[in-house]
Amino acid sequence: MQLYRLTAHELHDLLIKKEISAEELNIAVFDRIENVEDKIGAYITRTKESALESARAVDRQIRDGEAITPLSGIPLAIKDNMCTDGLRTTASSKILSNFIPPYSATVVKKLEAAGATVVGKTNLDEFAMGSSTENSAFFTTRNPWDTERVPGGSSGGSAAAVCAGEAVCALGSDTGGSIRQPASFCGVVGMKPTYGSVSRYGLIAFASSLDQIGPFARDVTDCALMLEAISGHDPKDSTSANYKVPDYAASLINDVRGLKIGVPEEYMAEGILPEVRIAVKKAMLLLESLGAVVEYTTLPHTEYALPTYYIIAPAEASSNLARYDGVRYGFRAAEAVDVIDMFMKSRSQGFGPEVKRRIMLGTYTLSAGYYDAYYLKALKVRTLIKQDFDRAFEKYDVLLSPTSPSPAFRFGEKVDDPLQMYLSDICTISVNLAGIPGISLPCGFVDGMPVGLQLMGKHFDEGTLLRVAYTFEQNTDYHKEFPKL
Amino acid sequence: MTQYETVIGLEVHVELKTRSKIFCDSTAEFGSEPNTHVCPVCMGLPGVLPVVNKNVVEYAIRAALALNCRIASYSKFDRKNYYYPDMPKNYQISQYDLPIAEHGYLNIDVNGETRRIGITRLHMEEDTGKLVHQGTITTTPFSLVDYNRAGVPLIEIVSEPDLRSPEEAYEYLNKLKAIIQYTGVSDCKMEEGSLRCDANVSVRPAGSKEFGVKTEIKNMNSFKALQKALTYEVERQIEVVEDGGRIIQETRTWDEGKGVTLSMRSKEYAHDYRYLPDPDLVPMVIDREWVDEIKRSLPELPDDRKERYVGEFGLPAYDAMVLTNTKELADYFEACVVAYSNPKTVSNWVMGDLSRLLNANNTDITDCPIKPEQLAAMLQLLEKGTISGKIAKTVFEEMFASGKDAETIVKEKGLVQISDEGAIAAIVDEVIANNQKSVEDFRAGKDRALGFLVGQVMKASRGKANPEMVNKLLKERLS
Repeated sequence: MQLYRLTAHELHDLLIKKEISAEELNIAVFDRIENVEDKIGAYITRTKESALESARAVDRQIRDGEAITPLSGIPLAIKDNMCTDGLRTTASSKILSNFIPPYSATVVKKLEAAGATVVGKTNLDEFAMGSSTENSAFFTTRNPWDTERVPGGSSGGSAAAVCAGEAVCALGSDTGGSIRQPASFCGVVGMKPTYGSVSRYGLIAFASSLDQIGPFARDVTDCALMLEAISGHDPKDSTSANYKVPDYAASLINDVRGLKIGVPEEYMAEGILPEVRIAVKKAMLLLESLGAVVEYTTLPHTEYALPTYYIIAPAEASSNLARYDGVRYGFRAAEAVDVIDMFMKSRSQGFGPEVKRRIMLGTYTLSAGYYDAYYLKALKVRTLIKQDFDRAFEKYDVLLSPTSPSPAFRFGEKVDDPLQMYLSDICTISVNLAGIPGISLPCGFVDGMPVGLQLMGKHFDEGTLLRVAYTFEQNTDYHKEFPKL
Repeated sequence: MTQYETVIGLEVHVELKTRSKIFCDSTAEFGSEPNTHVCPVCMGLPGVLPVVNKNVVEYAIRAALALNCRIASYSKFDRKNYYYPDMPKNYQISQYDLPIAEHGYLNIDVNGETRRIGITRLHMEEDTGKLVHQGTITTTPFSLVDYNRAGVPLIEIVSEPDLRSPEEAYEYLNKLKAIIQYTGVSDCKMEEGSLRCDANVSVRPAGSKEFGVKTEIKNMNSFKALQKALTYEVERQIEVVEDGGRIIQETRTWDEGKGVTLSMRSKEYAHDYRYLPDPDLVPMVIDREWVDEIKRSLPELPDDRKERYVGEFGLPAYDAMVLTNTKELADYFEACVVAYSNPKTVSNWVMGDLSRLLNANNTDITDCPIKPEQLAAMLQLLEKGTISGKIAKTVFEEMFASGKDAETIVKEKGLVQISDEGAIAAIVDEVIANNQKSVEDFRAGKDRALGFLVGQVMKASRGKANPEMVNKLLKERLS
């Protein structure tokens, strides 16, 4: 039995039946990491000792007959832009390469409280800015389905780790598609929950009004378990909503009869690879055959989503990243002559090109004389995009689209052409602008590379998304595929 | 010669004395070892988020209501972006276009005339940390940063350009301080930096409707400095204009040592703060009932108290103004009046001897060694004639020095007034016998001689003889 290939809910059953121990499970995952990590490069930091220690604590609980949670002993990976107390947290940036936080992100605390074991911190595009993980200051992560290709990004390390059996589930963060796009590229399930449903406290901010933490998993059931574990109000995050977290496992119903699914035609238009469109159309037909009403609809302001996003996100980023100045923590350039020189040298040497590009973009659009024309205008368009969704959701329970216009691309294919890279998020960024939940799950393969199906839902209606995703999954086998490494 | 009119507007920062900081639960207390009142949030570590302290909003509303402001029903926080090492995030969370309060005013009295000075806005923001240099900022080999103050709540109160002289600016700041202190939201101590003031100054030909080009004056660390800096700057500007020059819009710093304002940076180098709404904080919807509740809890404010002192206590307007200038002094005065119900006498003592001693000893009224009840008890001794007015002054000084009750001091030093007619008559007779020359002078119509004789009697009694009785007996004997 290859334990690293199983899902959290399967492993939980084995644990409570005492067929395996949590320690065994974690050792199996670390062995897997030993075997494949050279090819994949998912992890910046691994935490074997502490993981095995928490696994043994879970085993003691089981032995003593104590109740355990569905995530107890389950090996998880955390994207390295979430703070972990006493454990280096880099955001894949040189500027934080030596940063050890004195506190843990709320999501990390929640997962630890649920008994999960953290196996390590995963690679990402620097400060979560990118769509291929090529912008990591340290190394690139490879797609387990084809190591010549990118895993997607920015949460490429987490997606690749779950895909390759180097973790059972993982956390990522999604500002414009950074969970869903790599989930799609790696053939796993990834969800960006409603803005405000998961605490951002301890998530190193990229664009505060768009950032949201969410799970990666190998199936929809695990995704629901993870989502439930990390959701809920956090008094430390003013933007976190005060609401009762639903029982997401109860949404895992294999039935879409009567549900109305809209397919925005803008998401199926030119620019989407024909093979991807075909995979998505097959998914539409399947859901229709299962009793859902599937219709084309429209989100008319879709074409403005990308420019809107690339004004709002860099503007917030330019301010959020101002704190990395070498004064209190992180990288400080040597040989500065005065404090201004220290700021400039530390930031010039500490940030990579994409981060600098976005800081400059954001600084420019917020500058006196440009604010109204860019930032304020972008906020207004953002409202129009939200209203598009509001109107669509008057009629439909969920919206369906491809997650990304193409399967995973090759290294270097887009990294020198920022606009091409930005376009790979064309299907995902509107969801962040509107603050609604979105999930990506495998819906086919093109030339051996996974294709992702995106489902978008109403605010705080993750339940319906999970139900449709679960039904689709129960009636397909794409999620059972495992890359050969 | 052209007459010039001065136009001044003040920007005042006041630190609120809430228990914790504005966006985290670190203590907001002043002082202590560097970097001990800090946490990941106020240090601006990666990933932390601010959560607004409700008490700060309450205090800001409290101050705003006392300044007759309109409280916003919808308000938000914005980021003011600029780089400085004492600012952990390299942006300051402040309020830009939707401040918590606007359109207020306060009244000042200048030359017996009341003037209403407009308050444009009042907003909340976080304080910065502090740089510590060895020597001066330009010569120090390194700088240290203390973040204890970072995140301490501030309100900024911006006046309209309604002030017409440095004296008015002084009165405005004084009144503002009094009002804020009355509300209890701040100590307003300029020495500790809990009250800070910048000024916008311009001059224009008298009668002109348009404003002149203004300069911003910073680094005025006391009320006196404010007045001196403004007086200097007004004269400087008039001189520049008189010499045919132009005022440059710039920021100038007050050099206390040299007594001049110096150019810091001109408008071309002014910051572009790139304000944006803080996406980490949600906008605030201010509940009207809450505002009303805060309004109801406001104490009596200086103007009302002053009026009451005139109406209820019959004090002259001047006394009422001085006494109500600080809440502490007014509270002291009223506590005395409770125990000794002659307000004018109490006022005379509080404004006279007590204020003189406090000033001379650099003591605050809150630390006054004489408790209000003790002053009242002394005034009763005086009224009963146990001690004379002259002795009272001696006793009062002794009370201030030792903190003892008047009665104790009077007993210890044997200062009880001699009101026994027989005893005084004996001394009077003796003085008359020994000073025949003066007696003759008095009888010849030189009234001054009586004063001399009274003095001799008082001297002989070591000041204890009841002066009225001495007068009476002397006159009887000499007529």
